[in-house]
Amino acid sequence: MAYEPVLTAFVNEPQGYTLDFYLQRQRGYEGLRKALTLKPGDIIEQVKASGLRGRGGAGFPTGLKWQFVLKDTPKPKYICCNADESEPGTFKDHVLMERNPHLLIEGCAIASYAIGARVAYIYIRGEFYHVQEVLEAEIEKAYTAGYLGKNILGSGFDCDVFVHRGAGAYEAGEETALIESLEGKRAQPRIKPPFPAVAGLYQCPTAVNNVETLCNVPLIVLNGPEWFAGQGPEKNGGPKLFCVSGHVKKPGVYEASMHTTLRELIDDHAGGMIDERPLKAVIPGGSSVPLLLPDQLDIAVSFDSVQKAGSLLGSAGVIVMNDTVCMVWLAMNLLHFYRHESCGKCTPCREGTDWLFKLLGRIEAGEGQPKDLDLLFGVSSNIVGKTLCAFGDAAATPVLSTMKLFRHEYESHVREGRCTLPAPWRATMPVFAGSH
Amino acid sequence: MSFHPRMDYTPARFHASARALPEPGEAFAYTPENQARFDANVTRYPPDQRKSAILYAVYLAQGQQGYLTGAAMQHVAQQIGCTAAEVEDVVSYYTMFFTRPVGTYVLNVCRTLSCALLGAERVTEELSRVLGIRPGETDPTGTFTLLEVECLGACDRAPVVMVNDDWHERLAPEQVEQFAEALRTRGVASLSGCHLRKEGGPDHLRQGYGGPPKPSAEAEGPPLRRS
Repeated sequence: MAYEPVLTAFVNEPQGYTLDFYLQRQRGYEGLRKALTLKPGDIIEQVKASGLRGRGGAGFPTGLKWQFVLKDTPKPKYICCNADESEPGTFKDHVLMERNPHLLIEGCAIASYAIGARVAYIYIRGEFYHVQEVLEAEIEKAYTAGYLGKNILGSGFDCDVFVHRGAGAYEAGEETALIESLEGKRAQPRIKPPFPAVAGLYQCPTAVNNVETLCNVPLIVLNGPEWFAGQGPEKNGGPKLFCVSGHVKKPGVYEASMHTTLRELIDDHAGGMIDERPLKAVIPGGSSVPLLLPDQLDIAVSFDSVQKAGSLLGSAGVIVMNDTVCMVWLAMNLLHFYRHESCGKCTPCREGTDWLFKLLGRIEAGEGQPKDLDLLFGVSSNIVGKTLCAFGDAAATPVLSTMKLFRHEYESHVREGRCTLPAPWRATMPVFAGSH
Repeated sequence: MSFHPRMDYTPARFHASARALPEPGEAFAYTPENQARFDANVTRYPPDQRKSAILYAVYLAQGQQGYLTGAAMQHVAQQIGCTAAEVEDVVSYYTMFFTRPVGTYVLNVCRTLSCALLGAERVTEELSRVLGIRPGETDPTGTFTLLEVECLGACDRAPVVMVNDDWHERLAPEQVEQFAEALRTRGVASLSGCHLRKEGGPDHLRQGYGGPPKPSAEAEGPPLRRS
């Protein structure tokens, strides 16, 4: 049975993002209307029953997250929508916000009602200014039409949705760092506990949810938790967006159920490999997760089955690489990213990422020594689990994963004093400029 | 405080620190329009949490002046009701704020994995060659600043270049010369834009680059680095 897209059904309609279109074609704001007739606790129960798992990377059950938000407190509560989409290989929230903004706005309103918040902040990354323009204009229309603001649809429930623009920091995608940034500080993570559900934004109970997660909420309220759960394997229900990029013919965002296999994603959805070159490795969930090999392509892309295969679904950013990619270069490219984006709060990550990058640079330049491989392993192992947020683990992963699966490439770099891929490939493929 | 006989405690040495305070620059105050925008934005946050508006306030200042001077940060601090050091703390952390003049067009070439797999580094090399500047530098006419940035979140349209606040997607290394020339003559209108983008919007924040001041001889320091 062919899968019918729900989240992205109308992304190619020129007027698909407008309020009128949303109301007419997507049963717009019916979910909110229905939600406002229910008790907040019932909505949380429905979301729990649907098995919706956070789409931002960790895959934590959203219903539970909302349930943990303190109820008996005089403090205001907040919803923070995490639209700081910066994980390399991930570009799904961008599409939702730009082409289906009202789904997100409705999701924010329902989530606010469910946890008892009156304000939802959408923290959008600074580079998405063109997305922010669309989003803010559509929020304005939702206010005018009475779906946001005071006494929504005559229910007595008030809700404001504001967009907050970040200014270029990967770390702001971590939930406590996002809160810090929203408070007007550097985006650096906090010590947990207390978790945001207890003391988040302005020390008030807060739920931080990814854009795609919130976009699924109106669908659950409208169609029921059973429908949602039936869209995928057990505990991995619902529509899911996959971002396929790298050496494929048709990179893009593809909506599918989590029954889909990795091979289907790459061959059917993304059109297969460029120039029909063989596939060498795949990153299934954004740059922070371990690599998968060509013989693992037949697994379903669900949270559980990817984890079983030794990696993580993460943010579903599938990066496909063909046989011309040098794995030492890959690790170095990603470590350049992590070194730059490390917020500098925890020493193992701040110093470790810099040393890893330097070591990888030395090996890639052909000046590596045999002991460097052990050093690489030692430094990465000493970052893992020793930082406040998951960034440390993420930063060490490209090194640990490539060393585990492609240690022979590291060894031959050291032995031969150069990259050992065939010279013609090196001429056409990007080569590290070595200037920074 | 303990004193060590061999340590030089003259005022000049004692207070020496590697921290470079931003030059105050010319006197700065928001234009009435920007003041109104700031006053409207700050109401989004609880009255005792004005600091949340700091990023917006800094964007406005950068939009008005092209980059951020000490005086601008001071003005933002007054608006927010915090110290200038807190503003500087934020400005120095985020990569989209500039404390030195930049060109009219800031070319941010994405260099992370998906873009790099499809030739982003060669795009940077070509841009360097065509414009005669290295990443981190501004050309002498003050038209272009070249920067390498980390993932822009458009991996399906690799390689991506962000020019000020607009995107140009799928820039092949062979097209770079044409791309620079089009930008020089037709401005950001020559960019491909985001493939999802269908309509324009308000642009008071996107004026934030290459305002009146141009890089002058004395403004030249080490190349602008984002790492």
